[in-house]
Amino acid sequence: MNVPDKKNGKGSLDVKMETRGVNVFYADNHAIKDVDLDILDRSVTALIGPSGCGKSTYLRALNRMNDTIYSARVEGRILLDGEDIYGSGVDPVEVRRRVGMVFQKSNPFPKSVFDNVAFGLQIGGEKDKDLIAERVEESLKGAALWDEVKDRLQASALGLSGGQQQRLCIARCLAVWPEVILMDEPASALDPIATAKIEELIRELREQYTIVIVTHSMQQAARVSDYTAFFYMGELIEYGATDGMFTRPARKRTEEYISGRFG
Amino acid sequence: MRYTKKDWLLGGLTGLALVVILLLLSVLLGQIAWYGAPVISVEFLTESPGADMVSGGIWPAIYGTVFMTLLMTLAGVPIGIATAIFLSEYASPRSRLAKLVRIAVNNLAGVPSIVFGLFGLGFFIIFVGGGIDSLLYDDTTPVWGRPSILWASLTLAVLTLPVVIVTTEEALRTVPREIRDASLALGATRFQTVYKIVLPNAKGGILTGVILAVSRGAGEVAPIIFCGAANFLPYLPTDLRDMFMHLGYHVYALATQSPNVDAARPTLFGTVLVLLVLTFSLNLLAVIIRARSRAALRT
Repeated sequence: MNVPDKKNGKGSLDVKMETRGVNVFYADNHAIKDVDLDILDRSVTALIGPSGCGKSTYLRALNRMNDTIYSARVEGRILLDGEDIYGSGVDPVEVRRRVGMVFQKSNPFPKSVFDNVAFGLQIGGEKDKDLIAERVEESLKGAALWDEVKDRLQASALGLSGGQQQRLCIARCLAVWPEVILMDEPASALDPIATAKIEELIRELREQYTIVIVTHSMQQAARVSDYTAFFYMGELIEYGATDGMFTRPARKRTEEYISGRFG
Repeated sequence: MRYTKKDWLLGGLTGLALVVILLLLSVLLGQIAWYGAPVISVEFLTESPGADMVSGGIWPAIYGTVFMTLLMTLAGVPIGIATAIFLSEYASPRSRLAKLVRIAVNNLAGVPSIVFGLFGLGFFIIFVGGGIDSLLYDDTTPVWGRPSILWASLTLAVLTLPVVIVTTEEALRTVPREIRDASLALGATRFQTVYKIVLPNAKGGILTGVILAVSRGAGEVAPIIFCGAANFLPYLPTDLRDMFMHLGYHVYALATQSPNVDAARPTLFGTVLVLLVLTFSLNLLAVIIRARSRAALRT
């Protein structure tokens, strides 16, 4: 159940992240219940489910962003390349460098386009200006934003359009060379054209990165993901190759959600 | 939009209140400018007062006020900002210690300023200063344990502390959670996030709060009465242990201690005008900084 049916999936078959018996609590609220799930390397895994089902909470557990919420508590094991990221002696800062995150609302720093992308490198201790400039260009190209901003790298990032800002956030994330990228409804605040660009980008990034994306839109999950996990009330109901799950869901709940009967 | 009778009534009453305030302010400032301006001259600003306090200038008082304000800022502002950073960025929202500090800060803000004066006398001069004296010197003439510009500045630093802490904490809280999260998600430590993201974005608000606190401290008289301000001292303080003249205290001295109150009046108004210009220019600076930092965040 925790390992998807691999023969229908695309991409690599190596497990990148392994979660076992994961529970997340917010104070007394049991938000995630005993989730076992394997995330495969260089593939796109979509987390779907109705609002409040815990998919974003689960996502934030994968790079220890829940640590920043005082009342949150995570139990169980989450392994990244076989190593428990909640293990003692593991620095959450190190985890977040390897597991990057793109948020629902684009959140560029009130700095220039260049400084936004360079930030992650600078705080990582990189001093070589040429190398930074090179990585900024490479990251902006990787996020399909370079052509639009190459003439205004020193302009404020807040002057970009919503879609450009979100791609800038993706570029900022790429610049530190993460292995896994978590995306929390990255296109939910964007218009259809900007959304299409982000989705195209996700499909390209799959070649090099492991991507986990939370989405409200089942069409989006179907378009971009290789595997889909359906969450309901904090539990993982079904997990499998996207094609199979959307055509022949195994569980009645999944079928009801996918066919729009609730959610 | 049409105004009803009630709108006219409310509009009229609130408008009247506005007129009263503007009138009061302009009469107050007008009077000070009217009587004070003729006294202002290069000599008045650069010379020491004569033996009768009325003749001559007020340079030692200007110098003393600026010197004291600088010392007070150096002593109080870093501690205030550090406390605010701790409260807003490091303490957990449910921390008992943070709650205790907040209660203390709020109570400190409500204490009448004369009480700070007594505190300065009791704590800084008698306890700290006297303590240093009894440790270092055998004879009984106090060296540190007497009123001085150092103790007056420290007393005022304590007085301005709550304002600095509250305004700084407010400024830090206006930095959106989203960009803190963005920084942390890129693998920044908490310190890097505070130093590189939170502080630069709160800089305008912090500076504004600091300047307003400083300008309040610069004009306070009650706390320094016991702690180091001198009635009449026609030379400049050269040592932290010297006493000093202060514009606000000079006004008080001229109005109550001068042999001929009527003759002292022009000097009095001139001194008040100088004090007002000093504090107003600090406030103006705060307004400009605030406007600039807002504009910077918008573009």
